[in-house]
Amino acid sequence: MSRETLIDLLYLFSATTFLVALKGLGSPKHARKGNLIAAFGMLVAIVATFFKYVDGHALHHVGLILLAMFIGAIIAVPTARFVEMTAMPQLVAIFNGVGGGAASLVSITEFVHIKSTSPATYVTLEVLLGVLIGTVSFSGSAIAFAKLQELMTGRPVTYPGQQVINALVGLVALGLIVTILVSGSTALLWVLLALAFVLGVAFVLPIGGADVPVLISLLNSFTGLAVAASGFTLGSNLLIIAGTLVGASGILLTRLMSKAMGRSLSNVLFSAFGSVVTAGGAEGAEARSVRSGTPEDIAVLLSFASKVVLIPGYGLAVSQAQQVLRELAELLEAKGVQVFYAIHPVAGRMPGHMNVLLAEANVPYEDLIEMDEANSELQTADVAMVVGANDTVNPAATNDPKSPIYGMPIIHADLAENVIFLKRSMRPGFAGIDNELLYNPKTILVFGDAKDTLTKTVAAVKAS
Amino acid sequence: MNVLLQYATVLVLTAFVGTEIIAKVPSILHTPLMSGSNAIHGVILVGAMLVLGSATTNLEEVLGFLAVILATLNVVGGFVVTDRMLEMFRGRKPRAPTTSSESETP
Repeated sequence: MSRETLIDLLYLFSATTFLVALKGLGSPKHARKGNLIAAFGMLVAIVATFFKYVDGHALHHVGLILLAMFIGAIIAVPTARFVEMTAMPQLVAIFNGVGGGAASLVSITEFVHIKSTSPATYVTLEVLLGVLIGTVSFSGSAIAFAKLQELMTGRPVTYPGQQVINALVGLVALGLIVTILVSGSTALLWVLLALAFVLGVAFVLPIGGADVPVLISLLNSFTGLAVAASGFTLGSNLLIIAGTLVGASGILLTRLMSKAMGRSLSNVLFSAFGSVVTAGGAEGAEARSVRSGTPEDIAVLLSFASKVVLIPGYGLAVSQAQQVLRELAELLEAKGVQVFYAIHPVAGRMPGHMNVLLAEANVPYEDLIEMDEANSELQTADVAMVVGANDTVNPAATNDPKSPIYGMPIIHADLAENVIFLKRSMRPGFAGIDNELLYNPKTILVFGDAKDTLTKTVAAVKAS
Repeated sequence: MNVLLQYATVLVLTAFVGTEIIAKVPSILHTPLMSGSNAIHGVILVGAMLVLGSATTNLEEVLGFLAVILATLNVVGGFVVTDRMLEMFRGRKPRAPTTSSESETP
């Protein structure tokens, strides 16, 4: 067997491990093993590449390659190991961005390398697509990171004529691609690179903080496609397979997420959602009465319930109250209360983020239920307790056609016999909309920091 | 042009197979899915190694060197973070005996 055939077989092996990993994610039981198998497959591919012949000679600059890998690894490992789970979306955004940047650089370098051989038009097209998509992913992810890390405002950044300007930048980029295809000019390639960078920034700026999760999964898909494009240029099936898998997964998740918010993808991307505080909230929170209670009140209510549904939101993670919430749930379960955690698909800051945050607090995954199941459990629940969530339980999404979140599927906390709402203040949530549920006669509001309130509740349940 | 067709075949088939597999991932694992697929596109490292390994000019060397650094960040960080996340997903069984004996759920 020739050297090249052997290497190609090893690549086939590693492409298979990627599929095995994705299949493993079908259940929490096999997921971790699958990921480790994929990591092994990746290692095999990398080692095999060291033995590959390019342009008829063994790999040059092996020392440089190892040095660059070393630099990358010593930055990546500690970052990945020690970042807080609440900061996970930022981290995924960054790792995604650098991947896009790498794909773009690979395409450029290959173009510089082969341009003297006057490559076929379709090869140049692959290069240009790789550069465009990869760079948009790179700069877009950087802005998404800045928004999530609160280095800049999470609100949509808008300016007059924004959509027209963005569309023009996009058109100029396309025109540039055509020009380069015809002329084969490297100088224009740098212009395209700069333009793609601007396009990524301009594309992400008007997207509000609440919509960034959808954006990240879209950018993930972009990087996948950029990798696939590089695969075409370099003639690598491995890159095409891996890139396409990621592209498909990103697009699928993006669609799921926008569906979970009851909005179309174009609405998420182009409407600058959340930039205007709606006039609907003007009737004033203080004008209407709410029923408030103490941790002791809710301890009694919870202890004597037979079924409790907990509805956590990102606010839970912000006040770092996951552990206490789990403690409370275990106490109640010990008293014979059935406890579920109802997870809205867009709770948290990336798809499925809330599940990870609760898993970190040792909540068994069997207790986490999805929205549809939650809504059927809530019909027979005695208590629904909302902790740090707001928009995902707002009845306006079903009742008020004028509400900006109208059409978003919600968790119907109001189906339960009693509703407990842990809230920092009467301030409206992420989307800036007043919540009717707060004024429901079934609802008891407990003001204060969620962790504080829950700790007191735990003590009260223990004492009872 | 035949090669192009072969690549396109791989792309189309992978897109369908991938969609089938990914659609079965439960929403509880969507974050690990994102971060795991994020690690998988780190395979661009193979491409980065090839362009640096065949670099003939200083420009190519600099660009390729940067590409290898970025790709390594992507692949190493991606797998480590995914593993850390998945490590946390535990079922009911491995919990401390004290709590599991108390909480008998039907």
